[in-house]
Amino acid sequence: MTSVLYDAQGPRAKRRNVLYTVLFVLGAAAVVWWVYDGLTSKHQLDWVKWKPFFTSSQPWETFLWPGLQNTLKAAFFALIIALPLGALFGIGRLSDHRWVRGPAGVVVEFFRAIPVLILMLIANQAYFEYTELDPDTRLLYAVITGLVLYNASVLAEIVRAGILTLPSGQTDAAKAIGMRKGQTMVFVLLPQAVTAMLPAIVSQIVVIVKDTALGGAVLAFPELLASVRPMAANYGANTIACFTIIAVIYLALNFALTSFASWLEQRLRRAKKSTGAIVGTGPGGDLETIDAPSLKIDGERAV
Amino acid sequence: MFDFLEGYDLLGAFWVTVQLTVYSALGSLIWGTLLAGMKVSPVPLMRGFATGYVNVVRNIPLTVIILFASLGLFQTLSISLGASDFTDINFRLAVLSLSAYTAAFVCEALRSGINTVPVGQAEAARALGLSFTQILRLIILPQAFRSVVNPLSNVLIALTKNTTVAAAIGVAEASYLMKGMIENEAQLLLISAVFAFGFIVLTLPTGLILGWVSKKVAVKR
Amino acid sequence: MQLRKVTAASAAVLALALTATACGSDDKDDASGSGGGKKITIGIKIDQPGIGLKTPDGKYTGFDVDVATYVAKELGYDAADITFKETKSADRETSIERGDVKFIAASYSINDERLQKVDFAGPYLLAHQDILVRADDSSIKSPEDLNNKKLCSVAGSTSAQNVHDKLAPKAQLQEYGGYSECLTGLENKAVDALTTDDSILAGYASQDANKGKFKLAGFKMTNENYGIGLKKGDADLKKKINDALTKMVSDGSWKKAVDANFGPAGYKNEEAPKIGDIVK
Repeated sequence: MTSVLYDAQGPRAKRRNVLYTVLFVLGAAAVVWWVYDGLTSKHQLDWVKWKPFFTSSQPWETFLWPGLQNTLKAAFFALIIALPLGALFGIGRLSDHRWVRGPAGVVVEFFRAIPVLILMLIANQAYFEYTELDPDTRLLYAVITGLVLYNASVLAEIVRAGILTLPSGQTDAAKAIGMRKGQTMVFVLLPQAVTAMLPAIVSQIVVIVKDTALGGAVLAFPELLASVRPMAANYGANTIACFTIIAVIYLALNFALTSFASWLEQRLRRAKKSTGAIVGTGPGGDLETIDAPSLKIDGERAV
Repeated sequence: MFDFLEGYDLLGAFWVTVQLTVYSALGSLIWGTLLAGMKVSPVPLMRGFATGYVNVVRNIPLTVIILFASLGLFQTLSISLGASDFTDINFRLAVLSLSAYTAAFVCEALRSGINTVPVGQAEAARALGLSFTQILRLIILPQAFRSVVNPLSNVLIALTKNTTVAAAIGVAEASYLMKGMIENEAQLLLISAVFAFGFIVLTLPTGLILGWVSKKVAVKR
Repeated sequence: MQLRKVTAASAAVLALALTATACGSDDKDDASGSGGGKKITIGIKIDQPGIGLKTPDGKYTGFDVDVATYVAKELGYDAADITFKETKSADRETSIERGDVKFIAASYSINDERLQKVDFAGPYLLAHQDILVRADDSSIKSPEDLNNKKLCSVAGSTSAQNVHDKLAPKAQLQEYGGYSECLTGLENKAVDALTTDDSILAGYASQDANKGKFKLAGFKMTNENYGIGLKKGDADLKKKINDALTKMVSDGSWKKAVDANFGPAGYKNEEAPKIGDIVK
């Protein structure tokens, strides 16, 4: 496989590449060995610390699965509330009326500027003082509220960028056949923008799933990450083993999400002659497709 | 009205936030550029490593990464990054984790920037006999960077907000102070307003200035 | 047509997510089918070995749990009728005020601030802030030795504040979200001591996985009178709980519970406190 960034490799370049590869492998092996050695000498890899996860289903049933359920619950509700809200604000920012555009813009910029963790703390305290929710529900609500406020404003930007990528001819044509503004948006613009927005939306879903962990860290909301606390307390403080297992679960979950989404995206792309997103003609054969320039910007925001 | 602020080192806490942000931004820019370089390099193993790194790091919560740094690197592998007391060690570990995490996003942004450089640029450079590193360093990256100022500024804003996670290992930045204040004072709305305002002061100018820079340096095509 | 496909796709996502959460929400309380007796909800901790801990089989153990179970039995509830509920430190007062729990036994120290919002039965245990060190470490002989040492505690806890303000202002303090993280540091010699109530420390030290690794220093740096929190003004319940606690001490169950939960760590417990006798 060649790329435009470098010439087809001759014998010398190939030898050099082999050398680099060997050096890289050696370096990586040294690091792995050093980590392994360090962990072993501090007894962190002792079987007794890892055994519970592999020999019994109990830690999974009692701690991890309920935690994962809470993670999924919070992420799911945050998503289904944030999506329409985000679409609303995104469209609002494109409105012809200044009194709609202005406030929508202010709200979006405001909540994008504040850390989710602080939004969650505020929401929790507000529910605590002004409502009668029982503690479990309150924490769930606080986490969802924090996630919704932030992610709706990010999704608003994604929706706005997605609609802006569409050629203006689409709007003109819709006007020409006598569609009203609302109809143009719902039947012409949004459906086309969805394909273009999909990658950005998916990376936002991954962000939502990851950010539920903030609820565990600051509010002790019993999600996946927070399930470490009672779990590690049972197994003699095997925190490193616990966090490793948790990290693997997050990886698997988010990997499944992104895989499903890219499958979905490809189906949508194949199903129509895309106008919303452009396949980039990247310089290298191994470089992937890209989206329309202005949208890409928002895709990268998902940090 | 703001007398509840007395006795709290608000500016000090936000100063820690700023320091975390600046150091991590530099760290992630360097590491992210290296990763992007690896990702388009001729050595397949390096490409694989960069792809794997980005996919793993992006899919794990930052909190977990920071806890790994503290529990794994410091407490188990005894890496104290040249510092001797907990305040410094935790600060440096936080910078390290934030850099490692943010680098994945910098790498992705840069890679899409590389994609926007026309093929002809690289072909012309090869025709002149430049090597891969020369092409990357002299031709591709300078143009790529100019086209990704905007995405990078979004990454920077996200980084600023992500520094709040450092409270998980006891770094006394803004959110750490805020949590303490909420517990001790009865002024919820004012306290939140103050901290929200603080973050807006930090992030809004970043976005505006870099947005202006991005227009300035954009490559006209 | 695209529209329809998008809708179908989102419906698929929705369905998927719904199934995921739906499995989550099947309640466990409907085990009530049999008895038909009255139920009681008690607030405890679920992440403190020796005090209140949720074990992998879904049950609860610890001294607070034993006390709560004994008291509930005296009030006329079978062990099967008890629902244990986690009450986080910040939520204890409100949970009682709103009646989410009947009473709370969760390493709950009696103090004036809390007495304004809730009533306390007991105390049923006198604990002290202490430190946990590695078993082979003899460098800390008095609280003053803590200066220049590396301490670890839970962020925002009173133990952490005590260290800062009074006990050892020069000690370095590492704060985490939970005690387990501190224990990893202690085990790996990154920190020298873990500080909080001796009852909690004893619980950790007596766990099978930790036996022989750690010891308590035995410093009595503060007095923590653990009481059972209940709704303010409920004198009837308070009296009943106090009677139950008295009986628990006199029939030997109290001593048995102490030995079972804290014993193996070399924890020298205080005598059972007299009801209403708060040690300042």
